[in-house]
Amino acid sequence: MSNKDFVLSVEGLTVSFDGFKAVDDLSFYVEEGEIRVIIGPNGAGKTTVLDLICGRTKSTEGSIKFRGKDLSKMTEHEIVHAGVGRKFQNPSVYEDLTVFENFELSFPRGRSVFGALGFQRDAEVLKAIEETAEMVFLQEHLGMQADLLSHGQKQWLEIGMLLIQQPSLLMLDEPVAGMSVAERKKTAELLLKITKDRSVIVIEHDMNFVADIADRVTVLHQGKVLSEGSMDHVQKDPKVIEVYLGH
Amino acid sequence: MFDGYTGSELMAIFAMQGFAGLILFSVLVLMALGLAIIFGQMGVINMAHGEFMILGAYVTYLTSLFFETYLPGLSSIYFFVAIVLAFIAAASLGAFVEWALIRRLYKRPLDTLLATWGLSLILQQTYRSVFGAREKGVSLPDWMMGSIPVTDMVEIPINGIIVMVLTLLITLSVYFIMQRSQWGAKVRAVVQNRPMAAAVGINTSIVDRMTFALGCGIAGIAGSAFTMIGSTGPTSGQLYIVDTFMVVVFGGAANLMGTIASAFTISQAQTILEFFMSGSIAKVLTLGMIVVILMLRPQGLFTLKIRR
Amino acid sequence: MSNYSKQKFLSPAELGGFIVLAILLFVVLPLSVDDFRLNLIGKYLSYSFVAMGLVLCWGYGGILSLGQGVFFGIGGYCMAMFLKLEASSVENTAIQSTPGIPDFMDWNQLTELPWFWEPFNSLGLSLIAVILVPGLFAFLIGLAMFKRRVGGVYFAIITQAVAAILTILIVGSQGMTGGINGITDLRTLLGWDIRTDEAKVILYFVCVTFVFICLFLCQFVLRSKLGRLLVAVRDTEERVRFSGYNVDNFKIFIFTFAAMLSAIGGALFTLQVGFMSPSFVGIVPSIEMVIFCAVGGRLSLLGAVYGALAVNFAKTTLSEAIPELWLFALGGMFIAVVSIFPNGLMGLYNTYISAPVNRFYHAAVRFINKDKPVETLSEPLSEPESESTLGAK
Repeated sequence: MSNKDFVLSVEGLTVSFDGFKAVDDLSFYVEEGEIRVIIGPNGAGKTTVLDLICGRTKSTEGSIKFRGKDLSKMTEHEIVHAGVGRKFQNPSVYEDLTVFENFELSFPRGRSVFGALGFQRDAEVLKAIEETAEMVFLQEHLGMQADLLSHGQKQWLEIGMLLIQQPSLLMLDEPVAGMSVAERKKTAELLLKITKDRSVIVIEHDMNFVADIADRVTVLHQGKVLSEGSMDHVQKDPKVIEVYLGH
Repeated sequence: MFDGYTGSELMAIFAMQGFAGLILFSVLVLMALGLAIIFGQMGVINMAHGEFMILGAYVTYLTSLFFETYLPGLSSIYFFVAIVLAFIAAASLGAFVEWALIRRLYKRPLDTLLATWGLSLILQQTYRSVFGAREKGVSLPDWMMGSIPVTDMVEIPINGIIVMVLTLLITLSVYFIMQRSQWGAKVRAVVQNRPMAAAVGINTSIVDRMTFALGCGIAGIAGSAFTMIGSTGPTSGQLYIVDTFMVVVFGGAANLMGTIASAFTISQAQTILEFFMSGSIAKVLTLGMIVVILMLRPQGLFTLKIRR
Repeated sequence: MSNYSKQKFLSPAELGGFIVLAILLFVVLPLSVDDFRLNLIGKYLSYSFVAMGLVLCWGYGGILSLGQGVFFGIGGYCMAMFLKLEASSVENTAIQSTPGIPDFMDWNQLTELPWFWEPFNSLGLSLIAVILVPGLFAFLIGLAMFKRRVGGVYFAIITQAVAAILTILIVGSQGMTGGINGITDLRTLLGWDIRTDEAKVILYFVCVTFVFICLFLCQFVLRSKLGRLLVAVRDTEERVRFSGYNVDNFKIFIFTFAAMLSAIGGALFTLQVGFMSPSFVGIVPSIEMVIFCAVGGRLSLLGAVYGALAVNFAKTTLSEAIPELWLFALGGMFIAVVSIFPNGLMGLYNTYISAPVNRFYHAAVRFINKDKPVETLSEPLSEPESESTLGAK
């Protein structure tokens, strides 16, 4: 297989902390427009994989190719500029700023020091913000301070902050954690809507939600790929059953 | 700077200056130990740490006065009594300060820094009002004054050895308290997961207070040692605070061996450099070196863990 | 356009605050105090530049520098070096063994001007140096520290070490810097005697003018997207990185900007007081400058000015009357501003004066308009005050 068919190719990725290999010789490939869900028991290295891709942690070995660029050699903001967006496990938004300002800071313009000094809220910015806000169900809350939002709304806000960056790879760490059933449903619809023109990697524990959205599922266990394929496939894989139900 | 010295003379100078640095090293280790316990275990920067040291120094001074006046026959052992009293005084003040001020400021490290600076100013002025602005010197008992000749050029001061041994004992006991005792286990539990520690029945606020008091108490002992190398004034502590911070960050906070190694490096570099150039330039070089090293290794020289 | 995206350079309340301060500094104080006191106030005001820088850097950006005296001092020294050279003309120093160089150099057996003094023969170069030398120095420190992700208390301690180093160096190289006494006996600026009462009054107005220029500059920075980014960096630095910003550069910028502001203050200090010495550079003066900002309110630019005035006024008054009390008071202030009123004087003003007045105003408006339909209610007097929402955590 040539790398060109994939948005993201992770090959031989290894990271060790004090000799403990959190991710061990991991390889996987994400296709254009695919929704990939990563599942696995606690400590399997799911979040670490996202950390490695977005540059939060530096790998010990291996390569992370994103559209031909090697992300493992780039800094966090360069990776964002290349088109990778990351949502954290706990919603991470600017709590002291309004929803509008949260979107504004995420808008991909004026990212240098002097660019930020000269940044103007012109029609383009306002249009992008209003469209995004509507997409993540926050159009009524633009003037509200972000720490007053509910937990689920903060999750949406963070997703919206990523969307406004127009990333071609979106990585979501437990996007429906702490959401009500109704909110989960809305979020699943949202994800299906926003993946039309981009690839998404999702970490999730909620199996119903995974079944709703996943194209393919990768099961991690102790930093390695245990199984990969459709939801059906991995659910029937005896190794997966062993890890989840065994012991 | 080494011009005009023969090789054996240089060795002797290094050795002599090295031993002369022993007390400075001991003071720095004890100061840094206290600061590192507090900073490493609780994330609190105690800018008043130097004033806790000076409290110990004043207590030592008062004890020596007391022995001279009332118990002249026992004055040769006053120092050991003074150490205990200095520890008790500094630890009690520490416990009080933690209760009155510090516990309200956890998780706001920068604010704690400013508040403890304020505390240090208040303590300085208190010392000045109580003891006067003039520096107080302590006279050592005769048997501690001499030195042991090792070669014809190298002599080791006896008080240096005593302070050194004392420092070693305290360091070892701190290690055992932190790593081996039940109480140390509680402290470490609180550091790792405060809510969980509270949930399993550890009184976290008592643990905090005791930890802070212990750190301050050790600073008090450092004050006792300090009386041997300098006279005690209201602002003497301030001269040591930056050095001590440098020791702590240089060694990587919360790392006992790192703290000792870095105190050793810094005190030795400073005393040896001082022989060859003016004290102030030696200080600039030492501070500058630490700043550069911290730039290259912000996590400190002796930390191995990747912490997130 | 809807309400949430509107953005004014100054909200009505802020505009009011600026006007009140302008009247106070330009009119009320010059008319009500004698020349000596006015000069003293001018000296206090030169500290307000440091405090403004700290509002941006510490209050908004969360970067606490305990070494602002370094930049205040370098700015002041740059100014003092020019003035000293002018005062050390060959005629003035004819009795020296080497005429034409500053007196302290002569006392220290220097026979020619050190190379780094040469540019300070020119006023233009000196004024550029006032801003650029501290700016460059801060830039280098920031570059070294923030690129290595040194922050928080580590950064604070390192800035303190820098202050210690610089003081030792200045004191140590007496022949080139004037040592512990500093650079004294400054007389004229391009032939204009700065020691007369008249000159001091003029310099006071120059200082106040610079206060307002810098206030507006800071306001511009805070009102730009960069201002909101600073808050974001302070609270959630990682998110900012993953929104595609090179956070280190923003920190370097704001630290450098704050240093340049301090330097302007230092230069104005030298002009008004007539000397500069290491006693404004070291650890103790540097950390005292933090209290000016904290007392005024670490999130308020106007607070920075009031804080510098109030603390220094208290210092002069108390140390004249009861010297022992001053350190107790100063120590108490440090403790109070972190534990009791973290937003300083401006926080108290907003809570106890501005907010009740606003509530009363709105109640009055509602009462007057109670028969009219809701839509015609007038706009609120002020936008919700940023102090309350951006409060330090």
